[in-house]
Amino acid sequence: MYKIAKENLSALFQKIAGEQELYLPVNISGQVNFAAWTEDANVDLDTLKSVKSPKDAFFPQSENLYTVTKEDKKTKIEPEALKNQNFVVFGMKACDVKGVEVLDKVFLADPVDTFYAARRAHGTIVVMACHEPEETCFCKVFGVDCAEPVADVATWMVEGELFWKALTEKGEALTKSVESLLVAADGSDEAKVEAERCAIRAIVEKLPYSDLSLEGWNGDVLLDKFNSPIWEELYKPCLACGTCTFVCPTCQCYDIKDYDTGHGVKRYRCWDSCMYSDFTMMAHGNNRTSQMQRFRQRFMHKLVYFPANNDGMYSCVGCGRCVEKCPASLNIVKVIKAFQNQGGEN
Amino acid sequence: MSIETNEEFRPKIVAFCCNWCSYAGADLAGSSRLAYPADVKIIRVPCSCRVNPMFILRAFEKGADGVILCGCHPGDCHYSTGNFYARRRMTLLFSMLDYIGVENGRTRVEWVSAAEGVKFSQTMNEFVEKIHSLGKNVRLGDLRCKN
Amino acid sequence: MQELINRAKELLESGEVARVLGWKAGDLPYNPEPAYFEKAEDLKDFVYNGFCGANLSKYMIEASKLEGKTMVCLKPCDTYSFNQLIKEHRVDREKAYIVGVGCKGKLDIEKAKKLGIKGIESVSGAEMTDDCDTLTFQTIYGEKSVAYADVMLERCHVCKGKEHQVYDEIIGESKDTKDAERFAEVEKIEAMSPEEKFAYFQSELSKCIRCNACRNVCPACSCRKCVFDSTKFDSAQKANVDSFEEKMFHVIRAFHVAGRCTDCGECSRVCPQGIPLHLFNRKFIKDINEFYGEYQAGEDTDSRAPLTNYTFEDVEPSIVTERG
Repeated sequence: MYKIAKENLSALFQKIAGEQELYLPVNISGQVNFAAWTEDANVDLDTLKSVKSPKDAFFPQSENLYTVTKEDKKTKIEPEALKNQNFVVFGMKACDVKGVEVLDKVFLADPVDTFYAARRAHGTIVVMACHEPEETCFCKVFGVDCAEPVADVATWMVEGELFWKALTEKGEALTKSVESLLVAADGSDEAKVEAERCAIRAIVEKLPYSDLSLEGWNGDVLLDKFNSPIWEELYKPCLACGTCTFVCPTCQCYDIKDYDTGHGVKRYRCWDSCMYSDFTMMAHGNNRTSQMQRFRQRFMHKLVYFPANNDGMYSCVGCGRCVEKCPASLNIVKVIKAFQNQGGEN
Repeated sequence: MSIETNEEFRPKIVAFCCNWCSYAGADLAGSSRLAYPADVKIIRVPCSCRVNPMFILRAFEKGADGVILCGCHPGDCHYSTGNFYARRRMTLLFSMLDYIGVENGRTRVEWVSAAEGVKFSQTMNEFVEKIHSLGKNVRLGDLRCKN
Repeated sequence: MQELINRAKELLESGEVARVLGWKAGDLPYNPEPAYFEKAEDLKDFVYNGFCGANLSKYMIEASKLEGKTMVCLKPCDTYSFNQLIKEHRVDREKAYIVGVGCKGKLDIEKAKKLGIKGIESVSGAEMTDDCDTLTFQTIYGEKSVAYADVMLERCHVCKGKEHQVYDEIIGESKDTKDAERFAEVEKIEAMSPEEKFAYFQSELSKCIRCNACRNVCPACSCRKCVFDSTKFDSAQKANVDSFEEKMFHVIRAFHVAGRCTDCGECSRVCPQGIPLHLFNRKFIKDINEFYGEYQAGEDTDSRAPLTNYTFEDVEPSIVTERG
């Protein structure tokens, strides 16, 4: 294990950014989101959660797939180049990394999404333990340990020092490239980190959502849950905006559209949201015609369909972003609880 | 455009002209052999009121450097009141564009009647000159349209 | 709050209303959600406190289509939106039993979090019976107190007053929380150079994630099918490709509600990225006031809106360049 003083972090970022692209939490106009590092970026590692999850680094909200141009009478199609440069995402949280695992299940399964795969191959993730988890967090429920995060490099911020531990080959390579800035940690440092882990776990136990039970949610309850009358009640405050899906680290639905540039066409894909009225719109129309159905889709997907197809893995990681951001204060926790309160009847 | 070989800035200017007055004014300018720059692309609309604020923004998005709206003089609208509504809308829109930092000379409204061929050509000459002085529109374009 | 619940119970039991539209306690101390109550016993979950910021007027569009009357709880500023919806024939006044609820300013939990409050277990000082001077948070990391006004929603700092514009009865006391000039922020931006203005909006709008929360929560955005949802329109709602898209979306959206926006501030309240969207609407309101005379949307149900009206002497668009 290595360590680096907090005040030396900007030197570390400069060093990393000198060799490859570096994405990290940056405060822009009062909000913390992952963005590319620059000399004058207002880096913010203290805010627990970025507004948008860092999934953009691997699966950007909008990306071009190919460009069609017309020259004389010939049409030329030019596919967008795949990511071929290494980059580092610094400061992801354990839940965000779990979110990437969920995306891997979708995009790296056959047929492989080459755009995503290229980014995954070139990206190195530096994860940070959550110093002070908040009341909206419930990652424990989904088996995430925010005290012992796992990625290419795991880090802990304890009393003005960042402790650094490479866990994979990519992590080792990154460590090597910045070794001159790191100091080897000794036994007392190990103890400090261990104390931090214990402190984090103790806080997690106290969080209001940590005892949330997922009993009754798995791939086998499809029709019971689907046909439950509870949805009719639950969806009502929903405004049908896409906030929950766009801040979510695991939502992976996208839409493909054409943009007319006036002298050609750009085919791009952009995140879609099951909350939107044109979600999965087809030539014949739409197979979910009411907001209740679209609302149900989101939670059924995360808690029933996804585990049914992925050996029981839920596609919610308990980051709590939707809990914080929903304009109508709806969220997945309220959904889970509503079914729980209904007892065995559903 | 492939025939453009010199690097000189040729602005793209969109002029929305109402069918009843301004478009006829442009016609008159043409038949009177009054010159105005070829950078102006006229789009005929039934009434100045037909121009939705989105048309203006859309023109900028797709690469216009300036947008001008011409209609009948207030009181002379073919549909009696269309240009009154257009006037309010454009005033608010231009004020908003100014507010978000778009140079306020890039948009203009001018009332041109069917008899004012001279005014049409003068207005266009002035407007093109103004856009020349402002240079390329970089604040409202869509990057995807540029390459 | 108890008075409100009792009255709701009475109305439900007498059959005068078929349902009550209010707020249901959330699972955290600060996240009540808008909810319908159809049975008197369900009212045990009813809450009304400083965190009930949602403007329920928009829900009345749907509720107007339901069988029977709906008792709806509206704060003074919400009633402007309701009036405006009556004017636009989007709600049915006959289907609503409006209880004007008192309001002492509503809270923005994001502001509390910005002040470093996290791990919230409980909040006191946000009940309607409280003075609403101080808020005390019990958190996992200790107790913290802040001034109520420091955590208030932006819109409450420019409060429109404690008068309900439309109601059947009023329950509870209101407090005028105005402590800032409504157009001060707009004027500050107007005074900037074009470069500064551009940089400011570029920075704010680059945060936009196109979630459409501002549109969907807006009582004035009541079109059944929004132009930004059209599949035939090439900047459909979802693309987040270029900063221009966001500008286009926000300018057009503000334009579509210009003259109809009551400045209820819901757009800024719900924005997950904290974009001060009210600055767009307020700019239009300010311009309308300056060019066409003072106008407050939602003050009445019969006047003509500024953009569906005109006078022969209206200012010319060139005023924008002339005033410099």
